[in-house]
Amino acid sequence: MTMQIADTVSLSASDAKARAHAAAARDNLRTEPRAVRIAIITLAVLFLTVFVVLPLVVVFAQAFSRGILAYLAALAEPEALAAIRLTLIVAAISVGLNLVFGLVAAWAIAKFEFKGKTFLITLIDLPFSVSPVISGLVFVLLFGAQGYFGGWLRDHDIQILFAVPGIALATTFVTFPFVARALIPLMQEQGTQEEEAAISLGASGLQTFFRVTLPNIKWGVLYGVLLCNARAMGEFGAVSVVSGHIRGETNTMPLLVEILYNEYQFVAAFAIASLLAMLALITLIAKTVLERHLDEGEDASDH
Amino acid sequence: MTIEVKNLVKKFGSFAALDGVDLKVDNGELLALLGPSGSGKTTLLRIIAGLDWPDSGEVSFNGEDALAQDARERHVGFVFQHYALFRHMTVFENVAFGLRVQPRAVRKDEATIRARVKELLDLVQLDWLADRYPSQLSGGQRQRIALARALAIEPRILLLDEPFGALDAKVRKELRKWLRSLHHEINVTSIFVTHDQEEALEVANRVVVMDKGRIEQIGSPDDVYETPASAFVHGFIGESIELPVHVDGGVIRLGDRPLQLAADGLAPGASKLFVRRHDMLVGPPGSGAFEGAVQHVRNFGPVQRAEVALSGGETIEIDAPRDKELRAGDTIGLNPRRYRIFAG
Repeated sequence: MTMQIADTVSLSASDAKARAHAAAARDNLRTEPRAVRIAIITLAVLFLTVFVVLPLVVVFAQAFSRGILAYLAALAEPEALAAIRLTLIVAAISVGLNLVFGLVAAWAIAKFEFKGKTFLITLIDLPFSVSPVISGLVFVLLFGAQGYFGGWLRDHDIQILFAVPGIALATTFVTFPFVARALIPLMQEQGTQEEEAAISLGASGLQTFFRVTLPNIKWGVLYGVLLCNARAMGEFGAVSVVSGHIRGETNTMPLLVEILYNEYQFVAAFAIASLLAMLALITLIAKTVLERHLDEGEDASDH
Repeated sequence: MTIEVKNLVKKFGSFAALDGVDLKVDNGELLALLGPSGSGKTTLLRIIAGLDWPDSGEVSFNGEDALAQDARERHVGFVFQHYALFRHMTVFENVAFGLRVQPRAVRKDEATIRARVKELLDLVQLDWLADRYPSQLSGGQRQRIALARALAIEPRILLLDEPFGALDAKVRKELRKWLRSLHHEINVTSIFVTHDQEEALEVANRVVVMDKGRIEQIGSPDDVYETPASAFVHGFIGESIELPVHVDGGVIRLGDRPLQLAADGLAPGASKLFVRRHDMLVGPPGSGAFEGAVQHVRNFGPVQRAEVALSGGETIEIDAPRDKELRAGDTIGLNPRRYRIFAG
């Protein structure tokens, strides 16, 4: 009897040992050695600090280097105000246009089958793969004095290049993919069944769009608009080519930052830059919130 | 509401989804469209609903041309295989949708709409789920809500596309019974599509068996099971033994071996002999039309399923009652209680 008990005890003891051993082995399999883990994390944090956090800090440090009054004065300059206003106008126009075009393109691609669909999907990505400078040059070629429509435009006294329409066009072109790209996968995944159900229940085309399609994609639309807006306000290359850099008239915020910097007006340059940096931060936060909503939407659709 | 379909043709590229379909559905019927996937049954349903358009042919409701109307005007309730509930609306709003989108002139007031939705949720026994979202429901609940939503518009016809296809077996059986009694209650002309023969035979008044865009047979569940009109129907409905035979001068041969089966009125040539598994009676060797050696035996509840190698070389599966145990290695005689022979 005693023997038996002793046996059981030693058995369970060795059993526990074996279990602990197995757990340790599992941990080893699952994770890298401690040193490697620390090295990788340090490297990642260091890289992010030097390349992302530091520049952000420098922008604000430079902007406020002569105090808050100098900062505010720099922003109150007529040139700065004009640039801010122009940037807002251009962003509003291009985001508005891309919202409509992006919705239409995504709708066509996700809900219909037609020839050349793959080609259209590739085409939507074109603005991402082409250098923005080239995008700007295309508009110069089209609408410039020596361009294809240049003569006709001059005869009718329409100014496109070196004016708001040119800047808006170039920005629209460069930012086109954002809304469409945000919506295509979402709409493809959702399919057409809910629309079919709505129509069979007697809804008209417009009712179906506003009551079924749009509510289903609203977070995707906001996500696309947000990214589109961030890029539209920050666009430099394409706008630089078509703007003409007329002070107080065709300078957007990024263009003005460069000009001021080249003229050694560091406080003014970084003051404007700080506004763009803040836009980036706000965009980042909004993006995180929207992504959470998009994930929830996907969960909800997970039958 | 009667439905009449005449010579309907629908092609997707070179694939004929419907290849000349004629069908008449009587008022108040519960009709099953049964067939394998790709047989055209869902296409036929979608054309009746107005969600697809035929290349040629006619569809009429009560004698009126239905193809002149779009899906919106046809007043047809459609229940989708994957429910297609509006995911951003509550169950209540889903059911209310068809009432809310009506033209202003005929739209009911809010109180009437609320009462009607309540009534429908009671009908499908899910009134306690009114404030939930579709993602919070089980598959069976979603399907019932989809049905309530389709019924909200007081449809002239109810169409159901594989209504229980995405549900597990137990829920499926419950919903079948429930659909039958619901149909009895509301009595609206209904068509449902299924690839599950058991479902079709159990639920429908009449079964339409389809294959490759054509209708193979229309009949009561008993008709299609007991007197299949073609080799396809026999093979598709119920579990059958299929043997290639040759009819020649009043004799049926399997390979070289003449079978002691009546061949009256059969066209000579290559044919197929069909026997239900449970219609193959087991006897002592030499007693029946076939002879064979038992290979394996497995028990399936009330029957034993035996794999038998016939002396002609074919291997068949039979279902025999369990009163006489069969064993692997036994030589047995087999006699078909009932059989059918189709040319081809």
